[in-house]
Amino acid sequence: MKLTLKIWRQKNANDKGKMVEYKLNHVSEDMSFLEMLDVLNEELLHKGEEPVAFDHDCREGICGMCSLYINGHPHGPLQTTTCQLHMRSFKDGETIYIEPWRAKAFPVVRDLVVDRGAFDRIIQAGGYVSVNTGVTVDANEIPIPREVADLAMDAAQCIGCGACVASCKNASAMLFVSAKVSQLALLPQGKAERKKRVEKMVAQMDSEGFGSCTNTGACEAECPKGISLTNIARMNREYFVAKLTSNNL
Amino acid sequence: MELNSKIPEGPLAEKWSKHKFNVKLVNPSNKRKYDVIVVGSGLAGAAAAASLAELGYNVKCFCFQDSPRRAHSIAAQGGINAAKNYQNDGDSVFRLFYDTIKGGDYRAREANVHRLAEVSVSIIDQCVAQGVPFAREYGGLLANRSFGGAQVSRTFYARGQTGQQLLLGAYSALSRQIETGKVKMYTRTEMLDVVTIDGKARGIVTRNLVTGKIESHAGHAVLLCTGGYGNVFYLSTNAMGSNVTAAWRAHKKGAYFANPCYTQIHPTCIPVSGDHQSKLTLMSESLRNDGRVWVPKNEADAKAIQAGKKTANDIKEEDRDYFLERKYPSFGNLVPRDVASRNAKQMCDEGKGVGKTGLAVYLDFADAIKRDGLKTIEAKYGNLFDMYRQITDENPYEMPMMIYPAVHYTMGGLWVDYNLMTSVPGLYALGEANFSDHGANRLGASALMQGLADGYFVAPYTIGDYLAQMPADKVTTDHPEFKKAEAETKAQIDALLKINGTKTVDEFHRELGKIMWDYCGMARSAEGLQFARKRVQEIRAEFWKNVKVVGANEELNITLEKALRVADFLELGELMIVDALNRNESCGGHFREEYQTEEGEARRDDNNFAYVAAWEYNGKDKDETLNKEPLVFENVKLTQRSYK
Repeated sequence: MKLTLKIWRQKNANDKGKMVEYKLNHVSEDMSFLEMLDVLNEELLHKGEEPVAFDHDCREGICGMCSLYINGHPHGPLQTTTCQLHMRSFKDGETIYIEPWRAKAFPVVRDLVVDRGAFDRIIQAGGYVSVNTGVTVDANEIPIPREVADLAMDAAQCIGCGACVASCKNASAMLFVSAKVSQLALLPQGKAERKKRVEKMVAQMDSEGFGSCTNTGACEAECPKGISLTNIARMNREYFVAKLTSNNL
Repeated sequence: MELNSKIPEGPLAEKWSKHKFNVKLVNPSNKRKYDVIVVGSGLAGAAAAASLAELGYNVKCFCFQDSPRRAHSIAAQGGINAAKNYQNDGDSVFRLFYDTIKGGDYRAREANVHRLAEVSVSIIDQCVAQGVPFAREYGGLLANRSFGGAQVSRTFYARGQTGQQLLLGAYSALSRQIETGKVKMYTRTEMLDVVTIDGKARGIVTRNLVTGKIESHAGHAVLLCTGGYGNVFYLSTNAMGSNVTAAWRAHKKGAYFANPCYTQIHPTCIPVSGDHQSKLTLMSESLRNDGRVWVPKNEADAKAIQAGKKTANDIKEEDRDYFLERKYPSFGNLVPRDVASRNAKQMCDEGKGVGKTGLAVYLDFADAIKRDGLKTIEAKYGNLFDMYRQITDENPYEMPMMIYPAVHYTMGGLWVDYNLMTSVPGLYALGEANFSDHGANRLGASALMQGLADGYFVAPYTIGDYLAQMPADKVTTDHPEFKKAEAETKAQIDALLKINGTKTVDEFHRELGKIMWDYCGMARSAEGLQFARKRVQEIRAEFWKNVKVVGANEELNITLEKALRVADFLELGELMIVDALNRNESCGGHFREEYQTEEGEARRDDNNFAYVAAWEYNGKDKDETLNKEPLVFENVKLTQRSYK
């Protein structure tokens, strides 16, 4: 395959940045999207140019490190992570636009690399059960109906990649935050802190500069792990209950 | 140096309890005077950092990824073992211990493995308390599945994403401690050296991957939780960033490297598709619970499949060779990984491999789908099947999967004593970074168990014993040893940036990987290893003359990051070969062609090689010194491992 790539290049956080065009002439359909970028980077290096920086690690669709806004979609045309996207999803001769996640809360570090530290800070605000190592009961003393465990697992699958934010016209992080709130609100282990948790996580989310949710559902449609919009409804409910009945904040 | 494993006296089952009572304690108000450095934020690192902070120590935790939640533990699929005996199928701590020792082909330390089996039960309790959504039965109790090398069902799982859920559990505990301020987290930061003062580890030198800034961090103890070195093979199931640098730099500062030749080749990975391939993808071992491994009986059928003239479905039942079931009737498709991998290679070597390259065997779910229904199989393995389809563009519900072995895990690692301390006082190694629990072959679902055991339940006790015996005085990073280490690190970076050669880092890495795979992979011979050693030396020499690293240090520089890592792989690779050459026997994942039984199984030599090979660094390009720690077996009888 022959491809034209238009890629966002930005030297560092302070640089203005611009789209730069590259041509690739020998791309195989079996390559993953990131392997195609590897090929481009090898070519650039041989020319003595600096390679395109992009985040990636496991290349198995689970670590959540890879990103990329490809032809107007986070992680490209399929509902998968960029590392699991293959070139057979593109046509010979196609022009592909590759940009970083665009959100105020995710500043660009370099080229296609952004800083998603905001997600970590939201989890730090309350995305856990407060239990110290070793202070526990036997695992089977907490029976959890299978349906509940399955729902919690559906939410827990979130990989924290940020595609939900990138897909949202408001750059809202509601899907990400609600996935963690849901997982822990559904499980008996998380019930004790559920009010405080949702209040603190939402407060942190707001302070990071993420936008509001207007229920357009773009996040769900683009989420590589299929995290459901239902989680947002559940979080809203958790939040209102907490606001009406707790004295936390 | 004399190797002292510090295994406590007394009966096996009492060693750990007694040791916990005998270790010295740091009183609660004194814990805040001690600073502990944790490098890596995977299962071992996140668990240790969180647990130590909960105890009251000041912790600094480092990872090279953009968040501690990304560590490669996240990619583990199948499950985690624990001797809970919830299935009432005869499991016990001793059985898990025994299976692990046997699975490791009698090359692990009894005391460590028994401790691992003991604490395995607490791990499950801990994870459930954190809200890890393990799979459950309809009654609400925990579900189990079986795994290779065991005849009981003791593996706990969360769909095909067990590693993810366990890591996110540990990450949540870590996040809670970051919020309290007891852990200071450094992301996008790579450790490049260990600093020792008066023979003790007192800190590390790091590079900020965004700004290039070289910094020092001082503490009273340093924990390396930095994973394995499978990426020395270039193609492996490890993450792209997984590297040996932290462990290797520690090795050069005096930490012995144990059994580097013990690498695990996982039998069920998606076969290589072309030269562009950057990594290999694992299909969970749990698939072997329901999938049947086969190749065509006749070479002619295999050739037709390779040429695309026939498909798996064209091969009649009687023309299929379910070779694992045929050769190992009692374990069948669930033989340990090393045995399964070697047999797949053997079938392909005999010309019976399938796929375009002939380097693949089938993993067939047709019978399981017929027996349990499509829905059941989908519920169990849906995400794995989707992943397979995504990568190969083939539907595994209709056509058997194609699999081939790939490098997956490294049993070797930094030598540690019973307390998980390396040969450098104050320097610890946890999880895959150490060598201690899996011998020459790791059983499936045991890596997660070990990482969390070390992090949650072992290191927090044993480190107290060390710290209690040292004064809480602080060293500062102004100490000359820190300045020296910083200067050396900067000099190495400058040297790499100045070479401006013609070959890229990846080209060198690929070349090294091919040599390692061909000569120090699934089968090894003295002749091949000697050739490989010479080649690795040549590649290394050329690297330092001809590598091309562009850009500067003071920026996010992906080429420089890689170059620093590959430089270390080029040194480690030679040591792996030297170790493989020294071990004139076959055991577990180390298969020397000269040492096999008539049936082609690994032939150990317990009289001469029942020891841990702990290698001591002697300086650049000098031969390393071999130190031996004899392995004493008091509770299991060494036998020829049989899964027939």
